[in-house]
Amino acid sequence: MNLFDIIENISNADPEFQDRISPRRAAIKNITSFGSKVAVAALPFAFSTLFKKAYGQTATTNVNDVLNFALTAEYLESSFYNKYVPKSYVPAADKPGLQLIQMDENNHVKFLKSVLGSAAIASPTFDFSGGSGSGNGPFAAVETDYDTFLALAQAFEDTGERAYKGQATNLMGNATVLTAALNIHSVEARHASHLRRMRQLRGVAIKPWKTGTQSGITVPAAAAVYVGEDNTTQAGVNIAGIVNTNAATEAFDEPLDKTSVVNILTLFIKA
Amino acid sequence: MKTSTQEVPQQGGMARRQFLRYAGAGAALAAGAITMSSCSKDRKGIENDHVDLGSGDIAILNYAYALEQLEAAFYTQVVQTPYSGISSAELSLLTDIRDHEIAHREFFKAALAGNAIEGLTPNFSSINFADRTSVLAASKAFEDLGVSAYNGAGAMIQKADYLVLAGKIVSVEARHAALIRDLISYNSFIDSSVVDIANTSLEISRTPAQVVPIANQYLTGKKLAIPSLGIY
Repeated sequence: MNLFDIIENISNADPEFQDRISPRRAAIKNITSFGSKVAVAALPFAFSTLFKKAYGQTATTNVNDVLNFALTAEYLESSFYNKYVPKSYVPAADKPGLQLIQMDENNHVKFLKSVLGSAAIASPTFDFSGGSGSGNGPFAAVETDYDTFLALAQAFEDTGERAYKGQATNLMGNATVLTAALNIHSVEARHASHLRRMRQLRGVAIKPWKTGTQSGITVPAAAAVYVGEDNTTQAGVNIAGIVNTNAATEAFDEPLDKTSVVNILTLFIKA
Repeated sequence: MKTSTQEVPQQGGMARRQFLRYAGAGAALAAGAITMSSCSKDRKGIENDHVDLGSGDIAILNYAYALEQLEAAFYTQVVQTPYSGISSAELSLLTDIRDHEIAHREFFKAALAGNAIEGLTPNFSSINFADRTSVLAASKAFEDLGVSAYNGAGAMIQKADYLVLAGKIVSVEARHAALIRDLISYNSFIDSSVVDIANTSLEISRTPAQVVPIANQYLTGKKLAIPSLGIY
């Protein structure tokens, strides 16, 4: 960790940083209480949070809200892979890649929890059938069917990618947290690409990238994950006038707002 | 170091030709040994052997535009002269990627309008386009570089709309990177060279200062520079 980089980052994001921090010395005094509790990887965030505290409570709450929202999605993903990757229906050739994704999601949970500290929410319990706790939702076959597992994994990763993208602007001004969120965002996209590739190789008409709203998932509830992905206009530029329409939708992944993501996640959370 | 006898400067400051006359003729400056601070402002243009990407959000957008130019040129060549033994499935995937990169390139060009840098001249002499291994290795390098570059520049963006657009593109680059890696070796869509899998599983981003020298290896003639960020 380079503290000077962090201070520089924050100063860049907020030129009045030095002026603002000085009257709030109390926050600085508490700096020593961080060290023993926070994992090394999360230290930049501890400092970042410290500075946010010096700025005022509202900013801190916003960042924590975003991080807890992200943590909820990561809890879902990590619990999902922890439960199903060990299943006997996973072919040996696919296992290493799925175990890698499983490890990433568990690392993301650990990381976000260490950043949030005592502000971290606890993990919900999940219903991966998509039945909001009933256990017999539209994805109930995930217990025994590998293709249902892959479809669900793809939907979760594509949702995660869109969710992080949708929160990026809420983290502007906190360069350290924003960069970390972006660095998780692209990992979710890599996962999504791999899962889509796996399904493509198993004969599903789908590609590593998102062609319009096509998902290769027949369960109607999955449509909510892909709403808006058929957009072909970016910042007023007609992309479909440059390349074919499919490519125009594939070339840009669309963000998803928090409410839409929560509505998706709610299907998988026990009441 | 910046000299050019053709470049017409943007608004602000004296006209380039006037300045050169005042400074004692362009020819004397051509060697690249002297830096004139009066030349370094309000510049979208080409200085000597460098392309100045500009400052603020324009610099970041031009930075992205430069990387997309490289990628689009690379895949255009890949699809024009497919490597020997290419399968139709692989050609189809690479054609998709070519189209995505062209869409990105043309998007930035349109969005930047008068602030866009000129077209760059790629140098792919280190790549054997007839050989699958060589092409996919280069593709992997470009895609991983692109992801790390967008991630590292995100926090430098000041306008929210631009951050969202960068986010829309970077995840597509990540999808490309993962696919190319899976084509090279199944299940290698992530490894420790691009993601900190031993600890946080965060992608390892790169700053513009790290990316520009790498990108410049693939350019003939004029190289990228961001004087506003101290990057030459």
